[in-house]
Amino acid sequence: MQEAAIAVTDLACRRGDRLLFAGLSFGLRAGEALQIVGHNGIGKSSLLRILAGLAPAYEGIAHVTGTVGLLDERPALDPALPLGRALAFWRQLDGPSEDATARLGLSALLDVPVRYLSTGQKKRAALARLLGQRAAVWLLDEPLNGLDGSAVTLVEALAAEHCAGGGVAVIASHQPFHLPALRTLSLAEHAA
Amino acid sequence: MSRLVALLRRDLARLLLRGSGGGAVLPVLFFLSVAMLYPFAVGPDAPLLAKTGGGVIWVAALLAAILPLDRLVEPDIEQGLFDQWALRGISEELVIAVRVLAHWLSFGPPLMLATLPAAALLGLDGRTLRLVEIGLLAGTPGLAALGVTVAALTAGLRGGAALGGLLVIPMAVPVLIFGAGSLGTGGESGLALTAAASLVLLAIAPFAGGAAVRAGRG
Repeated sequence: MQEAAIAVTDLACRRGDRLLFAGLSFGLRAGEALQIVGHNGIGKSSLLRILAGLAPAYEGIAHVTGTVGLLDERPALDPALPLGRALAFWRQLDGPSEDATARLGLSALLDVPVRYLSTGQKKRAALARLLGQRAAVWLLDEPLNGLDGSAVTLVEALAAEHCAGGGVAVIASHQPFHLPALRTLSLAEHAA
Repeated sequence: MSRLVALLRRDLARLLLRGSGGGAVLPVLFFLSVAMLYPFAVGPDAPLLAKTGGGVIWVAALLAAILPLDRLVEPDIEQGLFDQWALRGISEELVIAVRVLAHWLSFGPPLMLATLPAAALLGLDGRTLRLVEIGLLAGTPGLAALGVTVAALTAGLRGGAALGGLLVIPMAVPVLIFGAGSLGTGGESGLALTAAASLVLLAIAPFAGGAAVRAGRG
């Protein structure tokens, strides 16, 4: 895997007229993971979007080394397409990779149009897309939403494997996430 | 390059073959309905139909190009595809440029084919038919570029589809004037100006559309 690291210095985020957080600094090296906690609306998703380069930082610098994979509430799979073909589109863009659909329990769903999948199934499908991307930095926004107990364990195992392979993971979740050497960052301490 | 092909194939499958609006079939049916209804409305006056039919085809083509507007850009923003493309280093400009091509392929050539039965319904002569076909070939790429640009600008707005239609119409006027105007003058200058207006729209579309998608990100 390519080099992965995150360095955030004195970051501030503003949405509309509201300053969500300020003075946020942290660093992650290869193999490390960080869980962002905080109540709803405190800016967890906004922080991930800044790290992904999809939103501008109001102040400060967020430096991310390595390719970025983002998992949020939108699976980015064509709702009208059968799951297998929707995933195949991303495989065309990302290049061939190990087929993760069986491990994620999606084998029986490959012929089902994405719009018929349940919340948890869509989340697992999005995880298959994320795995296929083979990104060095994982940004997971509420990755456990809608997942059952065994799927939660699976996501935690996948994240652990990702970090063990030299990747970096940032997890925004208010649910407990079990990962070896997981650090926790409370955004409430930086709320403006 | 393979990414480009993958994007184009996905766009074509979405716009040409399926989609909530029935792919390319709906605009063509709409276009043919106008050509069929017009003689009913103005009466079976053959010289009048032949004289005005070319203009009616142009108006019908413009309106048919507006039909798929709401599914050109907005669903992909809503589903997070543009974000995922951005993470992979695929620029919004490239996606929009590919979409213009796919949108044109999904309505331009089908409308040019449908113009043949439409011309028969309106009793157009061979010379007019030839001018309409060449004009559509020159003008529809511009209409496609305009449609995708406006779709990107209005994506995410409430009533964006209706607003998009209203925005496209005034901006499509130059293409319409030169395209339909070439029928009256019979000159190549009208066709050349149609192509020129089309080229301007094509040149602007990827940058305006790409900027609109980026600006729409919260």
